[in-house]
Amino acid sequence: MLKQQSEPTMEQIQEQRIYATMGLSDAEYEMVVNLLGRQPNYTEIGLFSVMWSEHCSYKTSKPVLRQFPTTGPRVLQGPGEGAGVVDIGDNQAVVFKIESHNHPSAVEPYQGAATGVGGIIRDIFSMGARPVALMNSLRFGHLGTPRVNQLFEQVVAGIAGYGNCVGIPTIGGEVGFDHSYEGNPLVNAMCIGLINHEDIQKGLAKGAGNSVMYVGAATGRDGIHGATFASEDLGEDTEAKRPAVQVGDPFMEKLLIEACLEIVGHPALVGMQDMGAAGLTSSSAEMASKAGMGIEMHLDDVPQRETGMTAYEMMLSESQERMLLVVERGREAEIEAIVSKWGLHAVHVGEVIDEKVLRLVHHGQIVAEVPVDALAEEAPVYNKPSRVPAYYEEFQTMEETLPVVEDVVETWRSLLKQPTIASKRWVYDQYDHMVQTSTVVAPGSDAAVIRVRGTNKALAMTTDCNSRFVYLDPFVGGQIAVAEAARNIVASGATPLAITDCLNFGNPDKPEGFWQLQQATAGMAEACRVLETPVIGGNVSLYNESAGKAVHPTPVVGMVGLHEQTEWITTQHVKQAGDAVYILGETLPEFGGSELQYMQFEKSFGKAPQIDLALEQKRLLALQASVQAGLVTAIHDVAEGGLAVALAEMTFGTTLGLEVTFDGPALHLFSESQSRFVVTVKPEHEAAFVKQTGAHRLGTVTDQDALQIKTNDTLIEATRSTLQADWEGAIACYMTSKD
Amino acid sequence: MKFAVIVFPGSNCDLDMYHAVKDALGEEADYVFHTETSLEGYDGVLLPGGFSYGDYLRCGAIAQFSPIMEEVKRFAAEGKTVLGVCNGFQILVEAGLLPGVLHRNTGLKFMCRTVELKVENNETRFTSDYAAQETITIPIAHGEGNYYCDDATYAMLQTNRQIAFTYTDNPNGSRGDIAGITNKAGNVLGMMPHPERAVELLTGGTDGLKLFTSLVKQGAHHVKTTV
Amino acid sequence: MKKVTVAVALRESILDPQGVAVKGGLVQLGFAGVEEVRIGKRIELLVADETTDTMIHEMCQKLLVNTVMEDYQFEIEEVTPA
Repeated sequence: MLKQQSEPTMEQIQEQRIYATMGLSDAEYEMVVNLLGRQPNYTEIGLFSVMWSEHCSYKTSKPVLRQFPTTGPRVLQGPGEGAGVVDIGDNQAVVFKIESHNHPSAVEPYQGAATGVGGIIRDIFSMGARPVALMNSLRFGHLGTPRVNQLFEQVVAGIAGYGNCVGIPTIGGEVGFDHSYEGNPLVNAMCIGLINHEDIQKGLAKGAGNSVMYVGAATGRDGIHGATFASEDLGEDTEAKRPAVQVGDPFMEKLLIEACLEIVGHPALVGMQDMGAAGLTSSSAEMASKAGMGIEMHLDDVPQRETGMTAYEMMLSESQERMLLVVERGREAEIEAIVSKWGLHAVHVGEVIDEKVLRLVHHGQIVAEVPVDALAEEAPVYNKPSRVPAYYEEFQTMEETLPVVEDVVETWRSLLKQPTIASKRWVYDQYDHMVQTSTVVAPGSDAAVIRVRGTNKALAMTTDCNSRFVYLDPFVGGQIAVAEAARNIVASGATPLAITDCLNFGNPDKPEGFWQLQQATAGMAEACRVLETPVIGGNVSLYNESAGKAVHPTPVVGMVGLHEQTEWITTQHVKQAGDAVYILGETLPEFGGSELQYMQFEKSFGKAPQIDLALEQKRLLALQASVQAGLVTAIHDVAEGGLAVALAEMTFGTTLGLEVTFDGPALHLFSESQSRFVVTVKPEHEAAFVKQTGAHRLGTVTDQDALQIKTNDTLIEATRSTLQADWEGAIACYMTSKD
Repeated sequence: MKFAVIVFPGSNCDLDMYHAVKDALGEEADYVFHTETSLEGYDGVLLPGGFSYGDYLRCGAIAQFSPIMEEVKRFAAEGKTVLGVCNGFQILVEAGLLPGVLHRNTGLKFMCRTVELKVENNETRFTSDYAAQETITIPIAHGEGNYYCDDATYAMLQTNRQIAFTYTDNPNGSRGDIAGITNKAGNVLGMMPHPERAVELLTGGTDGLKLFTSLVKQGAHHVKTTV
Repeated sequence: MKKVTVAVALRESILDPQGVAVKGGLVQLGFAGVEEVRIGKRIELLVADETTDTMIHEMCQKLLVNTVMEDYQFEIEEVTPA
């Protein structure tokens, strides 16, 4: 193997432990030597370092991911491809996936968030699907400090800038604020696409002699070692790592989408994959490995934006908006003709070969030759030590202390102003959530809904995770994350189909950190089994720490549901005076991890609320049956802030009010007990609804600008307009007063 | 009537425009790529929203030089119908088919919401199905929809009744609350709000539909009188 | 070769909301003497030696600048290709 000028020699790599700066351990270096039967050169060790990073190999998380159910009657493609695929009938399927871009967003929030959106869109159209919606899940520190405000503002602008330009509606998501994310925000982006069954692509490099073609933006030095960067703590030197952040070009992405979707179905196309993390390396190695083939790549032919790039730099570059296609030999011109219509070029950069190796040729010489399976399949898998954290034991045994609420109305209003609860209009106003004109339920209800054009069906989607519960009790919190997503889907009138997950955790090398990951995924897996929502793909983001402190464990659940009929689409807003108001589910004095607790103490402690998954599923099914029988007019799940907040939210944006009686002390209005829904029902359907669900009547919808809640100890009253003003203005208020 | 929906690289409301014509209106529509040079056989041209050429340099600045735009200019000069929405409006002003310019919203942010418009002139081929001064709700989605023109141009717009729509609550700083204007002849309309996104009850209301039905009525009338 | 640097600025009569926001930021940072901020664009072109000033004006007026709201100036510098 030749070494390129000025790069360390094979001996220097070993002696000076240069592999360690790339994130490989001594043992991993030895494994590479054993796999190759010789020392790797600089380019080769670079290939291993990115492919064996947590981001690409899941070497730490694989053992816990095995717990997830990944199959089901509707699942056409589970984890392992760019994105999972679920059947929705009529030969159509929905394709979706969520992915994190936390570290890039911490150093360059606008571009970090924008390229996160770009990357997840490519995962969807590289499957052959037309992207039809974007969602996201964001976490920031406590709003109000200049640093957090700036991160929040720029992340939202980056998501908007990319999604708006590329013409895919950003129709919903969630934003949470908590001290735990102060130095390490979370930016998770999800994309949803539609496809006909016969168009599903697999990223396969089949057929020796077939052409490997490169389409899209030229390769520059940007983003080198992005995959490794994503797998490290955000340390003091993070600022110095700025060059790792890539710049997005949504216009190029739009052209790529149109060109690639036009190529899908063309008989000359063999396989297609996007160049995401680890760029050319992962796309070529994975496509070859999956097909049981190899690839020989001619690096001189790779379109380059900068001069003098080395093999190492080209292979590790994470320049955005690039795709790798495998095309039948002799038919390259047909593909080029489609691509050039969109102002792009398809460049021949290599061939599929029989030998199962990735061979790189540069300036006429072989500069690297590595078995593809060693890169894509044979990364080490670690069973990390796990230990119950001291805080958890303390929380479990701690005396339950109830919060003290003196002025109930004041508390209610303050909760509505908490950024995590307050209206996110400031955010979604900046997202084009209507382009493609299929958005039926825009951001601001429990789940967002788009119709499936040309049918009478619709898709509901949501992203959820209450990370305070996961922190207090990862197992229960993991269950709740999945259950809450299912509640939102069902509240929109849909039937849950499947989930994609984005596991945002701290350093798994710390036994307590790994324990959180184990427990949370075990809880999620159980919920997925009971609620019949298999995991069809996702992403793992570990090392979310700053200054040694981990974020709350945040396993974000992205769930998609199906409305067989658009008539079943339901929103959270009350519709008509005279409708009866019901609650489904019991309210217990549960305040651990609640918004009220955080508001009063600025931290979370105690026990997470309990959840009974079998009961949850029973309620979800009863509600689906009620929706399909046309019995309900509005459904809202009870989440952050408890029943009082849920009731208020149902009236916002309407001209109606509520008059209800709650059987319990006023304090319990803020409890965050699980598996609860507020439902409104026309009087003529009350009997049937109660029979179906066993819900309890709370009161009625009125035509007054008033919310009145009678409790066992207090009568609480406020006008809808006051509450709505509190709720609507809160975030804008934080954002305009910057000091 | 048969409409041409022009597709520039980066157009992204072409699909919406196409389906508004085909599904909601029941008329004919074709996608016409920016490299085409003929609009033969079409009764109206629709320039959709989006980010043509990424909106790089200035919104609409590069698209005005697409081959099809020469033909659009000829089409407009013949008095035929040309509608530009959002990015389409930006292209029309850059191409000089409409006066003025669209620059950054005063709030500096992209805005997507449903707003109220007032029909200022219902005596155009685009607005005849609306009542005079009718208030309608139509979505907007833009970052650079702030209409500007100099005093002389503004006076001319008023005198010639070229202001078709105004905002009742100006969201972007547009001069005179302008949301949409026609050329002097009245056959070219540019507007920032998206009527094509308001043609179905399921997805955002139907207040935009009358714009399209106005065009069809005018078109039918036109065909009759020329026969 | 010649390097042409075109400076594009919003015309004086046009409100520059971005400039206003940046001015606010500077003032907030304690730079009390900032009277006005106007934000423009700088475009660099590398052109053949025979490119005339008239051609450059044409480039500006046809594409680079929208004279309804923008003004421009340009400078030319001789460069020897690397």
